[in-house]
Amino acid sequence: MTVIGWLQIILFCVIIVALTKPLGWYMTRVFNGERTFLSPVLRPIEAGIYWFSGVDERREQHWLTYTVSMLLFHVGGFLIIYGVMRLQAILPFNPAGQGAVAEDLSFNTAISFITNTNWQNYGGESTISYLVQMLGLTHQNFLSAATGIALAVALIRGFSRASVRTIGNFWVDVTRCTLYVLLPICVVYTLFLISQGMPQTLGDYVEATTLEGAKQTIAVGPVASQVAIKMLGTNGGGFFNANAAHPFENPTALSNFVQMLSIFALGAALTNVFGRMVGNQRQGWAILAVMGVLFVAGVAVTYWAEANGTSTMHALGLTGGNMEGKEVRFGIVASSLFAVITTAASCGAVNAMHDSFTALGGMIPLINMQLGEIIIGGVGAGLYGMLLFVVLAIFVAGLMVGRTPEYVGKKIEAREVKMAMLAILVLPLMYLGWTAVGVVYPAAVASMANAGPHGFTEVLYAFTSATGNNGSAFAGLTGNTFFYNLTLASAMFVGRFFMIVPAMAIAGSLASKKSIPPSAGTFPTTGGLFVGLVVGVILIIGGLTFFPALALGPIVEHLAMNAGNVF
Amino acid sequence: MLREIRPAIVLLLVLTAITGLAYPLAMTAIAGAIFPAQAQGSLIEKDGKMVGSALIGQEFKDDKYFHGRPSATLAPDPNDSTKTVSAPYNAANSGGSNLGPTSKALADRLKEDVDKLKGENPNAAVPVDLVTTSASGLDPDISPEAAQFQVPRVAKARKISEDQLRQLVASNTQGRLLGLLGEPRVNVLALNLALDRASAK
Repeated sequence: MTVIGWLQIILFCVIIVALTKPLGWYMTRVFNGERTFLSPVLRPIEAGIYWFSGVDERREQHWLTYTVSMLLFHVGGFLIIYGVMRLQAILPFNPAGQGAVAEDLSFNTAISFITNTNWQNYGGESTISYLVQMLGLTHQNFLSAATGIALAVALIRGFSRASVRTIGNFWVDVTRCTLYVLLPICVVYTLFLISQGMPQTLGDYVEATTLEGAKQTIAVGPVASQVAIKMLGTNGGGFFNANAAHPFENPTALSNFVQMLSIFALGAALTNVFGRMVGNQRQGWAILAVMGVLFVAGVAVTYWAEANGTSTMHALGLTGGNMEGKEVRFGIVASSLFAVITTAASCGAVNAMHDSFTALGGMIPLINMQLGEIIIGGVGAGLYGMLLFVVLAIFVAGLMVGRTPEYVGKKIEAREVKMAMLAILVLPLMYLGWTAVGVVYPAAVASMANAGPHGFTEVLYAFTSATGNNGSAFAGLTGNTFFYNLTLASAMFVGRFFMIVPAMAIAGSLASKKSIPPSAGTFPTTGGLFVGLVVGVILIIGGLTFFPALALGPIVEHLAMNAGNVF
Repeated sequence: MLREIRPAIVLLLVLTAITGLAYPLAMTAIAGAIFPAQAQGSLIEKDGKMVGSALIGQEFKDDKYFHGRPSATLAPDPNDSTKTVSAPYNAANSGGSNLGPTSKALADRLKEDVDKLKGENPNAAVPVDLVTTSASGLDPDISPEAAQFQVPRVAKARKISEDQLRQLVASNTQGRLLGLLGEPRVNVLALNLALDRASAK
């Protein structure tokens, strides 16, 4: 580890904290339906869209209607992606002449993109056309992100409103999020990325003759417009197979730094939106502090482990850290930081191959996802995931002092706690359950690329990433098989929607409750004690759930590595 | 609930058209106007022929060129399309080796490459980036140490003085942005193009 490495990490954290308040202020205005500086341009478009789609923007929805609207929206999104993938051979914008994508791979990819996972069983430049990239993937990058944010805002409204039956209008929230938040940032961001060297063209793949006379076919495409929303919306599905490690998908140290910022920016800002909407910004800062503690701890471990290298490398006298599967322009620190960020948020873009990380360096991304991606988290999904843990922590605190727990003026009762537990328990059921199948079912075992404990970790990582809607991978695992296409799709589906529905039920239940003013007996939820309590609950629940699985994978691999074993 | 069906279809189609077609196509048009070179892929032509992209690494095996990092990219096997074969720097199918820290295959490959490089230049420590595959398999850069390491070999093959080569490496080394972000690096294609120009004089 170096001083300059830590300075990069500190600079990153400082900028994220500095962005949280202004972005939170702007987004609060957007979701409260207030005027913003973009309204003169966007308001007529917005009104036109509502008129054309038959949306009454003043009519609010009950939580159940809100949730059903969201689900209907996703059915349509699924059909669009599946359709264009199956039909890409006869559709335009296909200069490389890609053929129809297989049924199971199209199914997996469609589920993957509507759930904001963006797991890449498809090979980017080698499988899909420009039209699929744009119409299939870029559009769902926007809409799944907008959905996540809308759901988080709906849950916040549950906390901030009192004695009402409605939590907002899904159509309005999605439209406003797309038009006022995601699109304007992406337009500027895309231009920045192109200036750094990211291609944005509909032209053919380039045929070059190298200096030594060999032929090289260079894949290009409308990359920048997709990468902008891929990062900002914590989607993470790459234009290219190598994702953000590909020099065209992440050309410079600056593009890398800005990409990292854009993964966290909206998620961090949502904590501020929460604080503003419940009437006390310190509530938001407390949640950001919980996230910050867990984040910095993860960065320290991964950076240390990667800078340290592997015992195989030490034996050969190689110094400078574990550079297998990393790019020179990012080096150890920016690769380690990116890996922790992308898994803390549910982004899943990678600028280095996690499969080649050291055992402990690769364990932190795994833990980040297993905790439910609540450290900043996916846009929206991170906040509602974190609020579920807060509900639980408040409940535990209530048990300790023997009072009905309350949070930001709302009594937390049996219904909320049950729903929170349901959402939190369904995740390990998916990733541990499918991993158990994956390590014994013969067709699945054949997919492992590495032998020994690392092979087990590949399978565990895949199902964890799918369930958490992350999308990063220990990419040696051959995921494009019938078994993995279907099982990973089921993990992504359950991981997304079985978390959303309970969260919305909580939103509806809270919104209908009275708001009670704080009293002398109210547990303060803005201080260090609260932060410590939530961190503790997260680690205890997480630790009890998945520590045994980690012991079989990365921990035993670390011990084996130190003992000089190879597999 | 029934009245949510219409927005579910119409709003989805409208937003899809905006974000999936209007936005990328508009960005493509704007990019072509203000950043034409970058938008096309930062392509490099030499004597009217396309030699590659400034951002995409290419394979160098000849002793008279500086070599890039090992690449783990694959291509479909021409004899059996269900299988793949090694195809270093295949810029139409990026990817890494995905070998883990306890992989025997990785340990063996590292040992073989380190031994080979030690034979080539026994006087310097082998830089780690010169024996490890990159994440994309298309890494255009090597570390300055990795470039310096190769100077004796290139000097011998080209019959140029080592000092002249070290200067060439130094002038092709890019530092950290603002002294902080990223890592110092040498673009291999740019260095080799400069090398060809220097030799032609």
